[in-house]
Amino acid sequence: MAVHEQYAEDLALYAMGSLTGDARAAVEKHLRECADCREELELLRGDMATLAYSAAGSVPPRRSRQRLMDAIQREPRRKEAPSRRTWWAAVPWFAAVAMTVLAVLQMSQNSGLQRQIADLRDRSDTQQVQLQRAQEVVATLTATDAMRVTLVAAKTPPQPQGKAIYVRDRGSLIFIASNFGPLPADKAYELWLIPSKGNPIPAGVFKPDARGSATVVNPPLPPGVEAKAFAITVEPEAGSAAPTSQVIMLGAGE
Amino acid sequence: MSNAEVKVASINDEALMSAVRAGDESAMGVLYDRYSRVVYSVALRVLGETGAAEDVLQDIFMQLWRNPGGFDSRRGSLGPWLAVITRNRAIDVVRKRHPETDISDVVVSVHPDMVGDAERNRAMEKVRGALNGMPPAQRIALEMAYFEGLSHTEIAAKTGDALGTVKTRIRAGLLALRKVFNP
Repeated sequence: MAVHEQYAEDLALYAMGSLTGDARAAVEKHLRECADCREELELLRGDMATLAYSAAGSVPPRRSRQRLMDAIQREPRRKEAPSRRTWWAAVPWFAAVAMTVLAVLQMSQNSGLQRQIADLRDRSDTQQVQLQRAQEVVATLTATDAMRVTLVAAKTPPQPQGKAIYVRDRGSLIFIASNFGPLPADKAYELWLIPSKGNPIPAGVFKPDARGSATVVNPPLPPGVEAKAFAITVEPEAGSAAPTSQVIMLGAGE
Repeated sequence: MSNAEVKVASINDEALMSAVRAGDESAMGVLYDRYSRVVYSVALRVLGETGAAEDVLQDIFMQLWRNPGGFDSRRGSLGPWLAVITRNRAIDVVRKRHPETDISDVVVSVHPDMVGDAERNRAMEKVRGALNGMPPAQRIALEMAYFEGLSHTEIAAKTGDALGTVKTRIRAGLLALRKVFNP
């Protein structure tokens, strides 16, 4: 690559944004005509990025992340803006139009296909991100080596606790149990969804581990059932279709 | 590193930016976690004040969210690009001027070993070493131009050096950094 020496120092200043007036105009004019110097400008900006990294090491305040996410949520939903193109970039395209209509048709079809591919790729990438986030949540909730901590008032002995998170329209339920006592080998705890109307619906059978913890993730539930409360009974190990013992824990929605 | 962290770390910037273009807020959160320290550090170094640096941090990421097409992954890597536009924005704040360059016009050619986190940390050490190894006058001219946004005329007035000398030192300083990666 041959950088024009007469512009070499001004290019560095231009990259820094500190070149003004005629000198700046001259560099911009030259850049429009010289691919080598455009490449050198990119390299100089790479050098600037390198220099920027020498400043790294400070940590932004914790509140910044939430501030950003809040601001993003307040933004109106927007569609991707079309990429900018300069007028001269379209000249060859118009030339092609003049030469043959067939070429245009092929180009148009190509462009449409490329857009579809780009859309599909964008959608696939988005789904990949969403799926990985979902997998992370589930992996954390169900990890056997996860540390589960229940915070209670000081000097209070640990009490059995269950936390149910339920999304009615999806029929989706996550239940996290802690400090549950051990059961005989042929028994298990059974979670029940108590609907506004009708009989309790089985919502998963679980046995706590040695530390009294257990998790139920998305048991088979009909979607759209309004839950008045959730309850737990002790049932045979395979579970029951209807409660066969007294309710030992009960919680209504907040 | 936990399994979840490994999974997040494995999502490349290009995939995350595609998700951002599609309006995925969680992808934006991952990018923030990945690059907020670099952006904040650069802004803080230029502005010297945490509140102003935080404002630039917000500004840069909001700009990325509003105009993700401003970054073209075919023309460089996201981290270095963010570092450069952050520096430029912070200098604009210092100079109390409107942004002078359209961010989509900023193309950053990256040294090959600056892409991953570990490589970047090693590179940071190399850069700091290179800065410390420079003749003091060269390092001062480079840092005044880069982190203070001073023009060569202003630097010459402050240091008493000739204009041409300052220009030469700034370019030579940048090239010296390049040589760290291409000896």
